[in-house]
Amino acid sequence: MSNALASAAVADEIPGSGTPLLRVEHLTMRFGGLVAIDDISFQAASGRITAIIGPNGAGKTTVFNCLTGFYKPTVGRLSLHHPKGSFLLERLEGYRTAQVARVARTFQNIRLFPHMTVLENLIVAQHNKLMRASGYTAAGLLGFKVYRDAEAKAVDLAKYWLDHTKLTEKADWEAGNLPYGDQRRLEIARAMCTEPVLLCLDEPAAGLNPRESHDLNSILRYIRDEHQIGVLLIEHDMSVVMEISDHIVVLDYGRKISDGTPNEVRNDPAVIRAYLGQEEHEELPPEIMSGGTSQGKDDA
Amino acid sequence: MAVTAAEGMDIRPLNPGAMVREASITALVVFALAISLVGFETVDATGAVEIRTRFGDVAMAMAIAFVGRIGLILLREHRPFPVLVGAPVLAVAMLLLLLSETIFGVEIGSGLKRFIPFHDPIVLWGIMIVTVVLAVRAGHARRHMNSTLTVEERDKRMDQIGAGVQRAARMLGPVLLIFAVALPFMPFADRRLLDIGILVLTYIMLGWGLNIVVGLAGLLDLGYVAFYAVGAYSFGLLATQLDVSFWLALPFAGLMAGTAGVLLGFPVLRLRGDYLAIVTLGFGEMIRIILLNWYKFTNGPDGISGIPRPSFFGIADFARTANGGRTFHEMFGLEYASIQRIIFLFYLILGMAMIVNLFTMRIRKLPIGRAWEALREDETACRSLGINPRNTKLTAFGIGAMFAGFAGSFFATRQGFISPESFTFIESAVILAIVVLGGFGSQIGVVVAAVVLIGLPEFFRDLQQYRMLAFGMAMVLIMLWRPAGLLAHREPTLRLFGRNKKSEAGS
Repeated sequence: MSNALASAAVADEIPGSGTPLLRVEHLTMRFGGLVAIDDISFQAASGRITAIIGPNGAGKTTVFNCLTGFYKPTVGRLSLHHPKGSFLLERLEGYRTAQVARVARTFQNIRLFPHMTVLENLIVAQHNKLMRASGYTAAGLLGFKVYRDAEAKAVDLAKYWLDHTKLTEKADWEAGNLPYGDQRRLEIARAMCTEPVLLCLDEPAAGLNPRESHDLNSILRYIRDEHQIGVLLIEHDMSVVMEISDHIVVLDYGRKISDGTPNEVRNDPAVIRAYLGQEEHEELPPEIMSGGTSQGKDDA
Repeated sequence: MAVTAAEGMDIRPLNPGAMVREASITALVVFALAISLVGFETVDATGAVEIRTRFGDVAMAMAIAFVGRIGLILLREHRPFPVLVGAPVLAVAMLLLLLSETIFGVEIGSGLKRFIPFHDPIVLWGIMIVTVVLAVRAGHARRHMNSTLTVEERDKRMDQIGAGVQRAARMLGPVLLIFAVALPFMPFADRRLLDIGILVLTYIMLGWGLNIVVGLAGLLDLGYVAFYAVGAYSFGLLATQLDVSFWLALPFAGLMAGTAGVLLGFPVLRLRGDYLAIVTLGFGEMIRIILLNWYKFTNGPDGISGIPRPSFFGIADFARTANGGRTFHEMFGLEYASIQRIIFLFYLILGMAMIVNLFTMRIRKLPIGRAWEALREDETACRSLGINPRNTKLTAFGIGAMFAGFAGSFFATRQGFISPESFTFIESAVILAIVVLGGFGSQIGVVVAAVVLIGLPEFFRDLQQYRMLAFGMAMVLIMLWRPAGLLAHREPTLRLFGRNKKSEAGS
């Protein structure tokens, strides 16, 4: 816990939401001369779904990569506060964000362990807990009961998430053989098996049919309501975003252009401009105004 | 299914011009390859080197390639009939020519000799085998004219075979183990057989050790023999310089090799795939060259000799006369026989190999083993789950190296003499080949591959010079036919529903 902050943080709250779990302050990421994200600040709360939206290339995934330790931000502070401790995410080495700060993520292009079974995928996610239980392998090699119990418990947790993602039937399948929608849900289940405080989902609804994305919505709501963790969501599918987000951050060309509740964001002229261009202001299709479909997403 | 496949198959009219052109190109490639390799031979002619030409052989090789290519084209165009007739005729002719000389003792006269393409019987055998394979393929194609397996179907079938063998391995493993335990007391077990057995077991142990690194953790290590060398030299030096006995030095040698693995791994394991392979290859050579040049410490190319043989667990010696302590044959009231030591060595390496095997099977089901496999599958995903990739890889590398170190000290004590020559790159390649041929991660596959690659060549010593050729050919075939290895089939480390409920993978 060497990276823990002295809890000097002022808990200034987002109106109408829980305590700020994550505070992103002046986050900037440059790749050589290219500024991918430019001075973004926002907050995300426990028990809330915070969506990050924006046209392609707006820097959404880069924000995720900074949060989850895949990139070191050029400038900025990413602080995470929860009852178990406080962390400065930008200072943690890659895998430590998941290990100690408990930030889990999924990937835009699914990254499962395709030749391992569904259940094994979920057990690998509980690696650190099981490593400690197995006495860093020694107790496990000797077959101590401590480890067997821990493994049984890990299987129980895996079963819990299998049930909630409707994958129990397929627990012994090779993950790579699952249909696409199941793989998406398995990735979420795997992230949840790390018992995170912040879950970052990178386009979880991409490629899903309407029924599957409806299922996804209820899973995400369940995670938010029952587990009271913070969910960060990158999504293009507006039917998902508008329906389940409590708070939306809009990025364009690496800058934050809007921040607020779904309703506020939907009516923000800056957002409409970013998505549809300035000229078409008068002729907005009604489904965009009502947030019905994802049609306008790529037209920036 | 079969009907649609037959309808979908287009039997086009043959285009003789294109066939001849394609076959000519093949012959041309053969010419380019063979003209310098086969066409000229340097012979030692009373003190001077003379160049002899063998253009006849080159022409013959081109002719064979030409005809063979035509045969392959016919097979491809779904006309197996000419091949089905031609290939067996050729094969029988070759066989007769071969047998006439070796078995019937008929000296092939100058008249007949003109019909033999090459002088060396091995080449004739090779041609015969190839023609037989062609004939079998043609026969197979003719029988299955109506149903051609797609690559996917074939892969699936091979995976089923792999799974079947793996299930059989549950039975086969114990049977093989009992056979190995009983082997020294079989009536046909002579010293030569036991020596081969020890050698094969050494490679099985090395293969199982490398399987942890390559098969489980997916780290392509081309310098594995370096750790084998570290183990051998650790034991050799401890035993000859400090008079440490085998049993005391064994853990230390493993420790040294494991430490070497961790030290080498630390800077290297950030690299992935091919880059890692190249760097480990370099490290392997570095160790060998250090051993070769650090004359004061390692005795350089002269090696270390007089390494003591292992005692019977420190209780008794395998000597004819007691040298201070007890001797093995006196202790058990046996007649002295030199084979007792060989049998002991056999059991020693069998035990050591089995420890590696048990360890691997066990650790696969522990978090660290699962993390190795996960790391092989997707390192980025592992990092997102909080798995420390560096430490996880280092443990795999270190444990693999440690087992190589144990095998190395066994090697040193068995040979009694070690020198850097025993630890060349080719050894790494052979061990890797055992793992790859057997199937990544497959324990029984390693056994099969070690027997095939090490045991058979030892039996057929006469064919030594063709060993690497056969070796290369086997590798190419495996890569074409089954890139994941012969018996590659991954058994899950735990199941929710048990084994009985068959998972409908692949549906």
